[in-house]
Amino acid sequence: MRVPARFEGGDEVLDGNAIAGALAVVFGSEMTEVPERCAHCGTVSLLAELRAYIRAPGTVLRCPACNGVVLRIVETDEATYVDARGAAYLRFERR
Amino acid sequence: MVASPIAWRLSTVASIHDETPTVRSFGLRVPDWAGHRPGQHVDLRLTAADGYSVERSYSIASEPERSGEIELTVERIEDGEVSPFLHEVVVPGDQIEIRGPIGGYFVWEAALGGPLFLVAGGSGVVPLMAMLRHRALVGRSTAAALLFSSRHFEEIIYREELDRLASAGDGTSVIHTLTRSQPAGWDGYTRRIDERMLDESLAPLGASARSYICGPTALVETAANALVRLGLPPDRIRTERFGPSGS
Repeated sequence: MRVPARFEGGDEVLDGNAIAGALAVVFGSEMTEVPERCAHCGTVSLLAELRAYIRAPGTVLRCPACNGVVLRIVETDEATYVDARGAAYLRFERR
Repeated sequence: MVASPIAWRLSTVASIHDETPTVRSFGLRVPDWAGHRPGQHVDLRLTAADGYSVERSYSIASEPERSGEIELTVERIEDGEVSPFLHEVVVPGDQIEIRGPIGGYFVWEAALGGPLFLVAGGSGVVPLMAMLRHRALVGRSTAAALLFSSRHFEEIIYREELDRLASAGDGTSVIHTLTRSQPAGWDGYTRRIDERMLDESLAPLGASARSYICGPTALVETAANALVRLGLPPDRIRTERFGPSGS
């Protein structure tokens, strides 16, 4: 399993910006300025602003307001799993 | 044809130079580089002969106007897997896999305007340096200040270049704090970044400044919360967390 660690020797908690590369690979485009609404507390945050926990198996992104889990990303040799049940929505601007 | 930012490609190490005893900059030539925005980073991948690979992200230190290569500034982390390799093994001419540029959130360009208030801890200064270098070339009408926390004088990354930027008389100020030791005659700050220091450093720019904070989580949280209390609009405060804890 690959760990999309942003920095060596870094803090346990990073932010969504720090794993922008992994997010871009999973979703196919730059994601840091995409807003999401937390399904737990309703707070709208940019993905860059989520707390990123990268030392867990996979990557866990939590709401900066309530710390609820918004996104879980797990990569295996065969596939990438995205658990997004903690997001009420992601909002993609029409370009 | 410009390669996709999320495709891995080979860069060639063109130059290496020391910034401090533990921080080194690498100039990389990247074919078909699409250009970057100040504050963006690249992912870097090392792969061993047995297929084991490890990725790390490094902020781009160079300004977009520099043609033909990008510069990464890398702090050596003793128990790291990638930075000791970069510091000890890599020589000019070597090829390294990268993808990018990555990240649209922690970005400042001259067109965004200012004033520009930058807050850095240690190697958190790297993406902010790209902004200052970019500003010095195409954004001099924007007033800028950098508040920079380092542990020791010898650990101040880009010290001489920051001195030159600050003495250019074009509206850039650089404020240092040294949290562990100070040389004789030091007249800068001598403590961790706090609200009073932020208030004093921000004062010449005013509360409409765009703020970019990069460093260890504790520094980023302290600075971001203090700037909100000092009246900066939260949507003008951008943060990037990383780095060894403690300063």
